[in-house]
Amino acid sequence: MSEFLSGEDVSIVLCGEAGQGIQTVEEILVQAVKLGGYNVFSSKEYMSRIRGGENSTEIRVSSKRVAAYVDRIDILIAISKGAIDHLEERISDNTIIIGDEKTLEDVERNDVIKIPFLKMAAEIGGPIFANIIAAGALCRVLNVDKEIFDECITAMFKRKGEEILQKDLQAGEEGYKIGEDFISSGKFNVKIKKDPKIRDEILLNGTDAVGLGCIAGGLKFMSSYPMTPSTPLQTFIAGHSTEFGMIFEQAEDEIAAINMGLGASYAGARSLVATSGSGFALMSEAVGLSGMIETPIVIYLAQRPGPAVGLPTRTAQEDLNLALYSSPGETPKAIFAPGKFEDALFLTHQAFNLADKYQIPVFILSDQYFADIYYNLPDIDLSSIENKKYIVETHEDYRRYEITANGISPRGIPGYGNGFVVVDSDEHDIEGHITEDLHLRNKMVEKRLKKFEGITKDIIEPELVGSEDYKILVVGWGSTYGTIKEGLNHLGRDEIAFLHFKQVYPLHESTLNYLEKAEMTIIFENNATSQFGNLIKQVTGFEIHEKALKYNGMPFSVEEVTEHLKSFLEMV
Amino acid sequence: MDPKISQNSKNFGARKTKFSVSFDVEGADVAWCPGCGDFPILKTLKTALAELEIDQNQLVLASGIGQAGKLPHYLKSNTYNSLHGRALPPATAIKSVNRKLTVIVTSGDGDMYGEGGNHFMHTIRRNPDITAIVHNNMVYGLTKGQASPTTQQEFKTPLQIEGVSLEPFNPLAIAIGLDASFVARTFAGDMNHMKEVFKKAITHKGFSLVDVFQPCVTYNKINTYKWFRDNVYNLDDSYDPHDRVEAFKKAIEFHKFPLGVLYINPNKNPYEDILTVYREDDSPLFKREVDMQRLEKLVDSKRKI
Repeated sequence: MSEFLSGEDVSIVLCGEAGQGIQTVEEILVQAVKLGGYNVFSSKEYMSRIRGGENSTEIRVSSKRVAAYVDRIDILIAISKGAIDHLEERISDNTIIIGDEKTLEDVERNDVIKIPFLKMAAEIGGPIFANIIAAGALCRVLNVDKEIFDECITAMFKRKGEEILQKDLQAGEEGYKIGEDFISSGKFNVKIKKDPKIRDEILLNGTDAVGLGCIAGGLKFMSSYPMTPSTPLQTFIAGHSTEFGMIFEQAEDEIAAINMGLGASYAGARSLVATSGSGFALMSEAVGLSGMIETPIVIYLAQRPGPAVGLPTRTAQEDLNLALYSSPGETPKAIFAPGKFEDALFLTHQAFNLADKYQIPVFILSDQYFADIYYNLPDIDLSSIENKKYIVETHEDYRRYEITANGISPRGIPGYGNGFVVVDSDEHDIEGHITEDLHLRNKMVEKRLKKFEGITKDIIEPELVGSEDYKILVVGWGSTYGTIKEGLNHLGRDEIAFLHFKQVYPLHESTLNYLEKAEMTIIFENNATSQFGNLIKQVTGFEIHEKALKYNGMPFSVEEVTEHLKSFLEMV
Repeated sequence: MDPKISQNSKNFGARKTKFSVSFDVEGADVAWCPGCGDFPILKTLKTALAELEIDQNQLVLASGIGQAGKLPHYLKSNTYNSLHGRALPPATAIKSVNRKLTVIVTSGDGDMYGEGGNHFMHTIRRNPDITAIVHNNMVYGLTKGQASPTTQQEFKTPLQIEGVSLEPFNPLAIAIGLDASFVARTFAGDMNHMKEVFKKAITHKGFSLVDVFQPCVTYNKINTYKWFRDNVYNLDDSYDPHDRVEAFKKAIEFHKFPLGVLYINPNKNPYEDILTVYREDDSPLFKREVDMQRLEKLVDSKRKI
């Protein structure tokens, strides 16, 4: 029996080919588990294809809040024959593998429990019901009340008509019977403490969290070109566009997308583009335009491994440099990298306000892992949400690029006031008209860069997790937050703390103090060259001692973090 | 300078007093060569806007890069002088977030048909209610005399040393092929013709393309004022611009090239009118607040299945 199955935290992995309905099982399980009073976390990895391949979803069910990917598999639902090979490295002696007897008939392993899922499904009405049976069996093993399971099934399949719903419920019933047998066999002994309060908690994915932040930040115009893993945010905004009075436009290419965004912003609508590495590379000229014409834009850059097309459906933190050095010339910008959902929402909201305040491009760096993970959180307090107005009504003598002490020129928009709003990608004079006056050039450069002073005052501090009396400091940014945090918890060593950066550029002034206070430092990054470590060195002169880098397209797991830290501790 | 132009300029000078609003920019340092076909385009556009009584504060001129891209600096308006080839996407967006604005794009053959070719096609498909005026001088001016997409074959340049071999880009045929809602061609050497076409284009609901034959007196010694005058003819009143096939036939005529409104499709809805944001509210988007109650509801919906 698996040690974890008797514990408080179960890792279930569903694996099958694209098109086999993993998502349905995932959705039922995640919802049923949460409604049943457990904490839930899910993460998926998939191939860049619509049919076939091997895709898997990990669902963690726990009495404690979990927001991290683990390698460990306690129960594997092998929907396809290839699932076991696909996950071989993660299968241990403690993994219980469950699959259909026909699908897995060639599989000769002692640890596989073969169930006639497909045969039973055929009796109900077709192979489509096999996934529901499996979901039912799992929910029974997890002690999810049958009423709650039925509630989920009803909510999900009601729209398909009474006949299909009844069959789905029947499939669930069969699943619960199988689950009952599992429990009697003694192989499964799940004892996760329930907390009824979790039932009403909020279940989100990383994309939702950013999307809510966009709405909160007053987003009015989004134009984008579909590209994994940024597409889900495009879907989210398009899906809510009517409800919240937003325009979503699928542009002909990324160049059009960001230039549309800037046009809308020029006319006063808060604007967003979403893209990924190669798509963003196409946008980088317009990042310069944003800087030059001082027109705000928020850029959601969901990272995946590159260069070029790279691994389209995998995760990475490889585009920090791309964002940082995007655009010709020199212009201020800010880069956020949320690691948890609350941050994703509030940072995104902040991104819109910061972009407006300083009339600059602001980035939200996410990645495939963060965009796709789900977990529950107790509440989101929107009471602090406030959108300051930075647009001014123009008067007859209005001049768009007035030189001011803080570098910020009051921003007018066309059609609001009696003035004219002239912006130009060329170097321009105070009115916005093209100029080649080299003295004016200096003034304009200095004016634009002056805004850095204000931006620097608004930098969001890194978050310290653990004791302030640390000897060893672990550094991370963006999506690795949950995994590093849990890895540290597993170690249970007081002398280690974790410093997480949710704003990676510009760097907060406290950065060097935090680093210098530690005897040893280690950074975790999902890239091969430690882009953030290099940025820290460039800005502070501090070289982080050890670099744990992962660049195969998968996120760090809790086990990997723990192992890295263990061997690091042995070294120091 | 072409004698007809200066004569027209004088006419225009006299006419200007008829309208109270002037679109002149005082002290504008115009960077065009003397005799450039851009001058009559600028003057005519000012007249057309004045005669249409366009509210200057509600007017946005968007442009890209090139000699034509500088035009908005010389015409009193709100101006969005964008990147090379990128005037149409922001112009579309500006109109879509504030339908009260009149949005006009001024661009050249390189900017619109070369660097911005993809946007040209897709903006026609999108059909925002904006007007694109393309100064087509069949050569690159700002970069000093290289071939543009519309350069005629065999034209020699420092880069096309054996002469251009590529098929010239035919903007009107492409626009009609994409069922653009308004397609016209005019000539910088005929200000009256230009003015009438501009006025029709600006008042047309939907995307209007106006390709303007514009002599480049410095880099194009072939397609001169005289050459254009010898190689164009005006479509007369008997021509019906609502027949797409006939329009296409006109679009592929060359030597001589027809001038006038070649094609109108009055049955197309402008892009921004289809947007859901204006179903219940006509106000520009910058005036709208976040609906926090709805947002709370959306967050709450994440508590349930």
